[in-house]
Amino acid sequence: MIPTKVRSHLTQNEGLIFERSSPGKNGYQLPALDVPEVDPAEALGADNVRSTIEDFPEVSEVEVLRHFTRLSTWNYAIDLGMYPLGSCTMKYNPRINEAVARIEGLAWAHPYQPESLSQGAMEVIARLEEALLEITGLDAITLQPAAGAHGELTGILLVRALLEAQGNPRKRILTPDSAHGTNPATAGIAGYEVQNIHSTDQGMIDLEELARIVDSDVAALMVTNPSTLGVFEDNIMKVADILHSKGAMVYMDGANMNALVGIARPGDFGIDVMHLNLHKTFSTPHGGGGPGSGPVAVKKHLEPFLPVPRLARKGDLWTWDYDRPQSIGRVRAFYGNFGVLVRALAYIYAHGGPGLRNATVDAVLNANYLRHKLRPYFDLPYDRPNMHEVVFSDDRQAAKGVRTGEIAKRLIDYGFHPYTVSFPLIVRGALMIEPTETESKRELDQFVEAMIAIAKEVDTEPETVLKAPHMTRTTKVDEVGAARKPVVRWRPAS
Amino acid sequence: MLAACGLSSVEELFNQVPASTRIDHALRIAPGLSEYEIADVFRELGAKNANGYASFLGAGVYSHYRPVLVDTVVSRGEFLTSYTPYQSEISQGTLVSIFEFQTMICQLTGMDVANASMYDGSSAVPEAAMMAVRVTKRSRILVARSVHPEYREVLRTYAKDQGLPVEEVGYDAETGQLDLADLDAKLNGETACIIVQSPNFFGVVENSKAVAERAHANGALLVFTFAEAVSLGILEPPHEADIVAGELQSFAISPSYGGPFVGIIASKEKYIRQLPGRLVGETKDTHGNQAFCLTLATREQHIRREKATSNICTNQALIALMATVFMELYGKEGLRELAIQNLSKAKYLAGKLRRRFSGPSFNEFVAVAKDAEDVNRRLLDRKIIGGLPLAKFYPELAGTMLLCATEMTKRADMDTLAEVFSA
Repeated sequence: MIPTKVRSHLTQNEGLIFERSSPGKNGYQLPALDVPEVDPAEALGADNVRSTIEDFPEVSEVEVLRHFTRLSTWNYAIDLGMYPLGSCTMKYNPRINEAVARIEGLAWAHPYQPESLSQGAMEVIARLEEALLEITGLDAITLQPAAGAHGELTGILLVRALLEAQGNPRKRILTPDSAHGTNPATAGIAGYEVQNIHSTDQGMIDLEELARIVDSDVAALMVTNPSTLGVFEDNIMKVADILHSKGAMVYMDGANMNALVGIARPGDFGIDVMHLNLHKTFSTPHGGGGPGSGPVAVKKHLEPFLPVPRLARKGDLWTWDYDRPQSIGRVRAFYGNFGVLVRALAYIYAHGGPGLRNATVDAVLNANYLRHKLRPYFDLPYDRPNMHEVVFSDDRQAAKGVRTGEIAKRLIDYGFHPYTVSFPLIVRGALMIEPTETESKRELDQFVEAMIAIAKEVDTEPETVLKAPHMTRTTKVDEVGAARKPVVRWRPAS
Repeated sequence: MLAACGLSSVEELFNQVPASTRIDHALRIAPGLSEYEIADVFRELGAKNANGYASFLGAGVYSHYRPVLVDTVVSRGEFLTSYTPYQSEISQGTLVSIFEFQTMICQLTGMDVANASMYDGSSAVPEAAMMAVRVTKRSRILVARSVHPEYREVLRTYAKDQGLPVEEVGYDAETGQLDLADLDAKLNGETACIIVQSPNFFGVVENSKAVAERAHANGALLVFTFAEAVSLGILEPPHEADIVAGELQSFAISPSYGGPFVGIIASKEKYIRQLPGRLVGETKDTHGNQAFCLTLATREQHIRREKATSNICTNQALIALMATVFMELYGKEGLRELAIQNLSKAKYLAGKLRRRFSGPSFNEFVAVAKDAEDVNRRLLDRKIIGGLPLAKFYPELAGTMLLCATEMTKRADMDTLAEVFSA
């Protein structure tokens, strides 16, 4: 089938910048010095001064611009189309967010400038805190963590601090077998043993097993709701009761919050502590892998332990409160990824309360639409209504020798970024698809068309799928070779 | 679409969410605003911050000129709105730029390998310390008291729950450099690493070679950190370090009230498998063309889960790209010239004030100011934000402030500052 979304065009070749370099070229201008120039060797001591930065590039401004413009055309991006990555919530990144983050008074605010001259920045933080607390139904929040995994670490350190204050930090953290890899990694770094718990045949937390396992050595359960299968844990309140009855807490990974905003609030269904991913739910751009922001919201009992400093009110002014004797300390210098916070607040303002709920509804509708359209062609191991994402299995295609990773690569030829491959681990050969609310029906239909076309190719010409992608300027990349003998930097030819 | 789903209303989409867990009210957030109104709201907020002030603040966040091209490049949607480059075939643009970033970090720091970025300097330091713990299989961490106070705070937060004792090594009251005698007294067979910042928080260039010799003689590693990356344009790279963890905010990243910035971690080749975070490697595609991909993923959380070297996932890719564009624009000569301008400006300013420490300094130094808060108040009247009074972090340094001058600092403002100091 001829893809309707793409056809090939020329891309420019471009080597590494070091190969373009030639002595004496540069792309900068500095003003003339208005003070006497200092001799570095004299000022710093000859031993402390380097003679050159060996092999550092020397290129002109236009060469730098072309270099990156050419490179940029080798990337797929939200701006080019749908990004059905499950659990990643790749939605449109409104450009007003970018514009306001660059407003001089915000972008050039120094974190140590006097509080009296930082009230605007502190107001941004205060307003975002307020909105996120309303959305999560929790009691207090820190915006300091730099990303989701950083938020997880903060959250687990909070749990530990509270338990320690009660006399025993306990030993174990429970994570479902469907959890994101960051969950067990975080628990490990926070000094806990990790215990996996199994999902039921419906993909839910097994209440009986949970009741059996939870004892006074368990510090917390880390749960994702909706689960990584895109299904709401309908027993979440019972889950929380089991943990709470043994003095343990429930941590919620907020990666899937895009399914809940305006519909249900973790604070109302028994969650003690959770993180949000502003670069998912609140539309701040992913930037090829960051920056993110991972605010952590908590119930009252965890509030005394939140990182310092805390935003507080002193008369008519905002102030930073460092006098927090029970605090876990800092998890990051300064006050968090402030520029990301500005963007998230702009997103909340653009949508407003009703708009945020509508976004959730559209996200869930889009994902259910895909489930209905694709279920005749792909195996659906957990065949039930889903929230914001849907997980298929490659069982049918695997029988013909084609696996999820290969279907994903073939999707590239049809003009789409692959879905999340082989995750969650509880689904054999998973295809995890999250369309988000910002995709139109037209884009969804093209995606469906592409997936159906690939399913048919698996039957008729599996080789085409196995060798994909065919249309990209770089064909399938040898990742095994890369890891065998890692070359992680350029060196001049000797 | 509802019909295709066999539904008659959107509310049915949420049947799986039990009523008892639903929100019982409409979100108490005002209805949406238009683009024009949003811009207005944030302009007003921006106006409540400092505007039109000259500033002498550094202390880990530096005001350097950002070439226009940096914003041009990172505003391209192909970089701005792309995901982490797991799908190599449609992410070569991001992968190549990270590979260049890793290379230039190695060239600047004298290390063999560098990762794709960390959140910032403050979180890179504990990650480096944990790396040293894994490498040496020892648990004690020594950190110079002249390392950025907030980096040390973050280190303590990370170290506490892993049972890693952290001890501080003092500074020489005269030079402002690490106190080698104190280091000798504290280094022992359980020390995993000593963490030294240079230029340190006082702006003083450390004698990291002497520190490295002592660390290595004790089987410990030297973790070298920096907060002012422009200094690397002129300072000898820390070849003697085992791990370098630092902050690149100086490379075209606006202060943005403290973030987002971008941290780096680099090391000797032999520790590559202990590095946290993402790494890009060179390889080939099926046609034999040069290609790049994320590599050594078996260190990372999505593969190793609780055995990972770090839990880091999303890092600071776009900010790293800004730094990459900056480094390529300035290049070999430019970074040196930029560093010399910074050095010259700070030297001029220091010449007008009394320096607290005698050690060599780059673009920051500690000045004696009997009543630092009062000096700063009087400077504000002249539309100048002064330095950082050090009493907040170092009670023993009351009566001093940390001042910074960069290529953007004007001579006239330095003259005014000196005038207010002496008044």
